[in-house]
Amino acid sequence: MFSVILSTASRYLLPLLLIFSFFLLLRGHNEPGGGFVGGLVAAAAYALYFIANGIDEAEKLLKAEPVKLIATGLLLAIVSTIPSLFAGKNFMSGIWLDTNFPLIGKLGSPLIFDVGVYLLVLGIALKIIFSLAEEDK
Amino acid sequence: MYREVADGNIIKEYVEWIPALGINFTFLLDGLSLTFVLIITLIGVVVFLYAGAYMQDYEHTDRFYVYIGIFMTSMVGLVVSDNMITMFVFWELTSISSYLLIGFNHHKEKSRKLALQALLVTGGGGLALMAGLILLSQISGSLEISALYDLNETIRNAPTYTAIVILVLIGAFTKSAQFPFHFWLPNAMEAPTPVSAYLHSATMVKAGIYLIARMNHSLGGTELWQDTILIAGTLTMLFAAILSFNQMDLKKLLAYSTLSVLGTLTMLLGIGSNLAIKAFFIYLVAHSLYKGTLFLVAGTLDHETGTRDVSKLGGLKKLMPVTMITAALASFSMMGIIPLVGFIGKETVYESILELDYWGLYLIAIAVLANALIVMITILVGFKPFWGTRVSTPKEPHEAPIKMLFGPAILAIFGLLMGIFPNVFIGKLLDQSSISILSEELGLKIKLWHGFNLVLLLSIVTLFLGIVFYLIRAKFLHITQNLKLVRILKPSEWYEFALNGMMYIAKLQTKILQNGYLRNYIIFILVTAVGIASFSLYNVRSELTISPDFSLTFYEGAIALIIILSTFMVITSDSRLKSIVAIGVVGFTMGIIFIIHSAPDLALTTFAIETLTVILFVLVLYKLPKFLKFSKTSAKLRDIIIASSVGIFMTLMVLYITSIELTSEFKKYYTDTSVPGGKGRNVVNVILVDFRAIDTLGEITVLAIAALGVYALLKLKLDDRDE
Repeated sequence: MFSVILSTASRYLLPLLLIFSFFLLLRGHNEPGGGFVGGLVAAAAYALYFIANGIDEAEKLLKAEPVKLIATGLLLAIVSTIPSLFAGKNFMSGIWLDTNFPLIGKLGSPLIFDVGVYLLVLGIALKIIFSLAEEDK
Repeated sequence: MYREVADGNIIKEYVEWIPALGINFTFLLDGLSLTFVLIITLIGVVVFLYAGAYMQDYEHTDRFYVYIGIFMTSMVGLVVSDNMITMFVFWELTSISSYLLIGFNHHKEKSRKLALQALLVTGGGGLALMAGLILLSQISGSLEISALYDLNETIRNAPTYTAIVILVLIGAFTKSAQFPFHFWLPNAMEAPTPVSAYLHSATMVKAGIYLIARMNHSLGGTELWQDTILIAGTLTMLFAAILSFNQMDLKKLLAYSTLSVLGTLTMLLGIGSNLAIKAFFIYLVAHSLYKGTLFLVAGTLDHETGTRDVSKLGGLKKLMPVTMITAALASFSMMGIIPLVGFIGKETVYESILELDYWGLYLIAIAVLANALIVMITILVGFKPFWGTRVSTPKEPHEAPIKMLFGPAILAIFGLLMGIFPNVFIGKLLDQSSISILSEELGLKIKLWHGFNLVLLLSIVTLFLGIVFYLIRAKFLHITQNLKLVRILKPSEWYEFALNGMMYIAKLQTKILQNGYLRNYIIFILVTAVGIASFSLYNVRSELTISPDFSLTFYEGAIALIIILSTFMVITSDSRLKSIVAIGVVGFTMGIIFIIHSAPDLALTTFAIETLTVILFVLVLYKLPKFLKFSKTSAKLRDIIIASSVGIFMTLMVLYITSIELTSEFKKYYTDTSVPGGKGRNVVNVILVDFRAIDTLGEITVLAIAALGVYALLKLKLDDRDE
């Protein structure tokens, strides 16, 4: 079943939803949000695109393999724990860099961790959705 | 270092590992440890050298050296560890490296099976040993073995003493292949010969004996300890020697003689007198030297002629003169012929047995019989291949390369020198070892020549009997080879039975608990959880003083109504799609509840999850067969009961819990430290990514694995399963 309205709408909705998911990820530290929800929203965005345009289109758009997203996410989460070791602190303690720069503000290893969670959740949801959808072919 | 230990000093080294649990790398070098360390390293060097030539035709020799290096390290670690847990770790490491080495030819199914057998027997014994050591440490309050030294009295009177002795001895007997665990050792001959020479005759199998000697100090002195060791040792000594009669394979013959010697050593510890300990010590050293040599000689013969069958070997003395001389030296030592160290060993063994009043007469008869059979084995292995008429062999034999000659020859010469100058080589170590075993110095001098006495006569009788056995063996073989032990009497059958039984039970319980129907899994989980929880709560009902808060706001009432309506929709609808939409409704209303109770993070996540869940469900739906009604009324009734009891239970739980005023310090701590410590105002998120990030890391790892699992399940083609 192909719907022109849904298909067209999804093309505009996808970037908006992705921006929103990224916004959720970044603001998570101070307001409701975070990597987990961000990843889920991003996955929902791709899922919508897939419903509207079919699995092939969606996979082409994603470019990366979902499994690679999972792996990258896990790697980032682990990498984020390493700076604390170099700083001589306990394993996994957060390291913060205050750039005092407008818009960017504070950067810290927990942010990398959260990006990792984001990618991983996105990868997992898409992996499951895509492999279910591929079965139909 | 040798000087220091020989002068009676104990060398101690200490590195912290897990000090909070009392587990540390405490290494202690006294006479007993040093003796073992010297045996392990000397034979280790010889075996390494030998393997360099022997293993050339094998694939993956790099792995071989790694495995044997691991073994050597852990074996040395085992004998110098003073900490029980460290020792146990090394103990298991020797089992594991032995497993890898026995199964070195892993392309053969037999190798793999026998390697597993050795691992299961020794590893299982290792677990028993650990239990015993833990019980022991509870008495002394310390994990150090040296802390047990003055506690013999306390340990013997402890209520757990019997359990400790049984557990420790199971560990030692499995490792040293004592009856009834002996069957794994001859089977371990599947390993390449340098491994058999090193692990399964000279070192690893002596770990159990080392343990008994080490623990003798603190556990010994009771009838239970001494008699158990004595009986197991004697049985092993006798039966291993008898079982060797039928063997044709060089290595199997040697393996049975090793078993018999291990039995003798155990028996000597069981006798436990000063003289017995002296005999134990000399015999231990002598055996390691000659048996290592003979195994390597057997390997050389195999390597050069292509067969290990004694009946197919003969007349090689001109072709392999060096090997012949080496074998002869080691064989003389093994047969107990003057002036080799084996002679002193056997003399002292007989002497210490004759000292016994009650059992002495029987034991000496058994010992002479067993030793005569060993003499027979020696003639078969050490002389027969070289003398007599030349028999054609698969390969054209010639002398082995120098690397394979050098090592065994060194060991054989050591055996000779030790026999002639016993006090120079082992006198001091014997004194120190006896302190470790018995806590007193023996003050006995080792002499080669004891004069003409009963013991010498027994030695001669043994030799004579052995030669007779050898001569009549050929005539009796066709009779004895047809003799079969009743299956139930063979411990290896018990092993098979236990293994099969375990598999059967595992299959049975998998069939009941995990039969592949998801609904059964859910039923089991829910019924167990609710059953256990409500039972334990029912038992403490009198302590329950609070009453749940049943008040309801307007919004809560409205939401509850929506949830109830959609739940009815789920269970009554005749279309799957409708049910799934209704489940989605339930999920979203739950999200609204979270908002009402001011948990925006939770609500946000719930909404996202519910959306994705509905999408996933729809995708799955697409693939399911047409909706049909399968359930019988009885099954439905069962489901209704289970579902409603779980629901009621959980509701009541939540109501009760929320009506208690929770005074949690964490709440305050996290709210206070979130901004200064985690630089974020969203406490939930700061906890997730900073304070408790390691939990999150664990969870996302699980998620990643779960995703791969889902993928694997989806791609699994059911028709592949039959393979």
